[in-house]
Amino acid sequence: MKNTIAERIFDFLKDFPPFHLLTQEQLSNVSKNVKVVYLQKEKYVFKNNDEIHNHFYVVKDGAIGIFREEDNLLVDKCDEGDIFGLRALIRKGNYILSAKAIEESIIYSISSELLEKIITTNIEVNKFLLASFATNTRNPYSNENQGTLFGQIKKIQKNELNFTEIQSAQYSKNPITCTLDTTISEASILMTNKRIGSIVITKQDKPIGIITDKDLRTKIATGKFSIEDKVHKIMSFPVITYPENISIAEAQIAMLQNKITHLCITKDGTVNSKLTGILSEHDIVVIHGNNPSVLIKEVKRATKAETLRYIRNKAEQLIQGYINQHIPIFFISKVISSINDAIIQKAIALSLEEMDTPPPTTFGWLSLGSQGRKEQLLLTDQDNALVFENVPQKDYNRTKDYFISLSKKVTQKLNTVGFEFCPAKMMASNPRWCLSLQEWKNQFNNWITQPDQDKIMLCTIFFDYTLVYGNQELVNTMSDSIFKSINTYEIFLNFLGLNALKNPPPLSFFRNFLVEHSGRHKDQFDIKIRAIMPMVDAARLLVLSHNIKEYNSTILRFEKLTQIEPQNKDLFTSCINAFEILLTFRTQQGLLHKNSGRFIDLKSLSKADRLKLKGCFKSIKDIQDLIRIRFNLSQLL
Amino acid sequence: MLYWFRHKNYPDFWNQYRNHFIKKKSFDLDITRFIVFDTETTGLHIKNDRILSIGGISIISNTMDVSDSIELYLKQDTFNPETVEIHGILKDGNNIKINEKQAIIEFLEYIRDAVLIAHHASFDIAMINEILARQRLPKLKNKVLDTGVLFKKTELCHVNSKPYSLDELCAIFNIKKHDRHTASGDAYITGLIFLKILGELTSKKRITLKDLFYNRNRPGLL
Repeated sequence: MKNTIAERIFDFLKDFPPFHLLTQEQLSNVSKNVKVVYLQKEKYVFKNNDEIHNHFYVVKDGAIGIFREEDNLLVDKCDEGDIFGLRALIRKGNYILSAKAIEESIIYSISSELLEKIITTNIEVNKFLLASFATNTRNPYSNENQGTLFGQIKKIQKNELNFTEIQSAQYSKNPITCTLDTTISEASILMTNKRIGSIVITKQDKPIGIITDKDLRTKIATGKFSIEDKVHKIMSFPVITYPENISIAEAQIAMLQNKITHLCITKDGTVNSKLTGILSEHDIVVIHGNNPSVLIKEVKRATKAETLRYIRNKAEQLIQGYINQHIPIFFISKVISSINDAIIQKAIALSLEEMDTPPPTTFGWLSLGSQGRKEQLLLTDQDNALVFENVPQKDYNRTKDYFISLSKKVTQKLNTVGFEFCPAKMMASNPRWCLSLQEWKNQFNNWITQPDQDKIMLCTIFFDYTLVYGNQELVNTMSDSIFKSINTYEIFLNFLGLNALKNPPPLSFFRNFLVEHSGRHKDQFDIKIRAIMPMVDAARLLVLSHNIKEYNSTILRFEKLTQIEPQNKDLFTSCINAFEILLTFRTQQGLLHKNSGRFIDLKSLSKADRLKLKGCFKSIKDIQDLIRIRFNLSQLL
Repeated sequence: MLYWFRHKNYPDFWNQYRNHFIKKKSFDLDITRFIVFDTETTGLHIKNDRILSIGGISIISNTMDVSDSIELYLKQDTFNPETVEIHGILKDGNNIKINEKQAIIEFLEYIRDAVLIAHHASFDIAMINEILARQRLPKLKNKVLDTGVLFKKTELCHVNSKPYSLDELCAIFNIKKHDRHTASGDAYITGLIFLKILGELTSKKRITLKDLFYNRNRPGLL
């Protein structure tokens, strides 16, 4: 029999977890048995200590508050699509919280018996409900719990299989070769220069044998052969050859079967045709790309910006993998930052090689902003600066020119890698940000003692600097100078505080959600400005007010703050949790949409994601309240 | 007396329906079974037009129970193509259709002694009673409430003299109009309106079923 009302309920429930995990038949059955309850404002669904109902509830319209009876504390607010009263599922005991309509509401009541039947057959729903039951009964202040709830959901989603095994393998297409009458010493020098672990011995372009690092170790270093002997004395032969379209799986099997680490790739796959490449075990490891140390090694071997770009793309896959595996975001950002740092260091080293002369004096390359805070997971604009040792006036122009042209090379390479040029030109190649130590000191002093809006903005970017390459001493002197300036002009912190409060968090998602009102990103939520930056700004301000410079990452800053101000430990801990969630969220969105993840289309968010974000705003509000009071900002606002 | 009824030789389904009314009923609102229902018809003429579909859902203790609902589509002999545009029920549409007799059997079995609620109920009740008459049966025995009338008991009603349409009440009570102009959809909406009216009335004063039946000319009692 047609049931129009049930169909309408079906349409509503299907969008919300855990109902979206049910089969059509299961959900249709649930929908046909829903009871629709109307509640006036202030009416209770159940009270603390009531015997549990045979139903749990889903909010259709309005809002239900979950209260702790003893002090009437609003523990949670449920609106459209939220589930509550899951305690019914344990079928025993009494409610430990009260549920009351805080607005006129319509709720669906769903038989727990019916759901139980589904749970036994649908393990994903089971997991979800267990997780959400666990969190519903806890203190909302610890956002950790919300994290676990959504962690569960993520686990429920299927990971797409990665069919790397059947991809054709990428191998070195310009194999280094030598002839049979090359001496071992010549071959070794060639291998060293080319930074390779193997060399193929060829005769008329056809592979005859191969020498690897291992041969040198077992046959030369042990004294069995002299380095003046010819390579054919120690080479392994015959070589194992494969055609060019070998798949990764084939290659792995071939290596295992023959107990070798290198395969020769030839035109037709036999030893009788031209050698076109060499595939090493290392190449396979790189393709699997699940190992950051491999990536960093790759960076060190790289000789071109294009190679760095390839490695950075691999790193992106690494992020995706980590996120899928629920590796904590703090760890992910640490790994990615060290890869980024290695890439930047390599870009600088390559650029220095291209310069005609070595640098006239020592310098330090600074990463700024998110890269400086080691929070840059996805490729974004590059923000960097350069500081060089003070030089006599007569040498100044020459020195500065040198570093600017060096910086141009570096930024160009980083651009190739994928760190696009900063549209605001906050880069070391800009003469404004390529300065001597004394100039930087003056500059910071000027920003601190004569702040205006632009200078404060610059402070928020430049204060998060990290030395990536060069002279640490220069940077330490610079940091000391900044604190000296701040200490002589403390009102600066109040300005910084005002800046930190510039973007209050949206309080509720559903009604007052702040979206961008104009421009290209109209009606999208700017997670960077509205949620991440307020956290970053707050952490920076608070550590600066404690005279701490060495902590740059927002998470480390909050951790440090929990030690300095144990009385605010809960708040700072909730900030860390919220920040981790926000960063994960932005990264996921960025990976999903192949962009910076900054602008989020709210309509595309699942209920769970919306809740996840909502949970973070509370922490932002709390930390902003603390700043407002501590720095007496109410009257300034 | 009983003998006389038997003598009339009513069918079993009617006798069963009638038996539900033997016992006296409580006036406690929380245990009363209400059925909100709506009919979609070929037109507004009680004698000439026919019911196309009936939708209904029960309300007990402020709760609408989807599992206790009914949705019937009737086979038509007379068919007025003009009203199809409003209701979307074609003469040979996809829904399973039953004849008028089967429909009334299922309807009576479903409603039992519930208090019936409809918006502008007199029309829907009259249409049902016409079916009963065609089956040579007496009229419905249920108590009936009309949301159009009940609304006038609330403080939300400012103009007592005019009739309020379902659409107007939806606007006043902020109800989304899903499936408007299907019998079940309208029954559901009417149900929400009834619950909201009841909430409005009970928030002011404790009332029983009896109070709902006092007509609006005696508002002093409420």
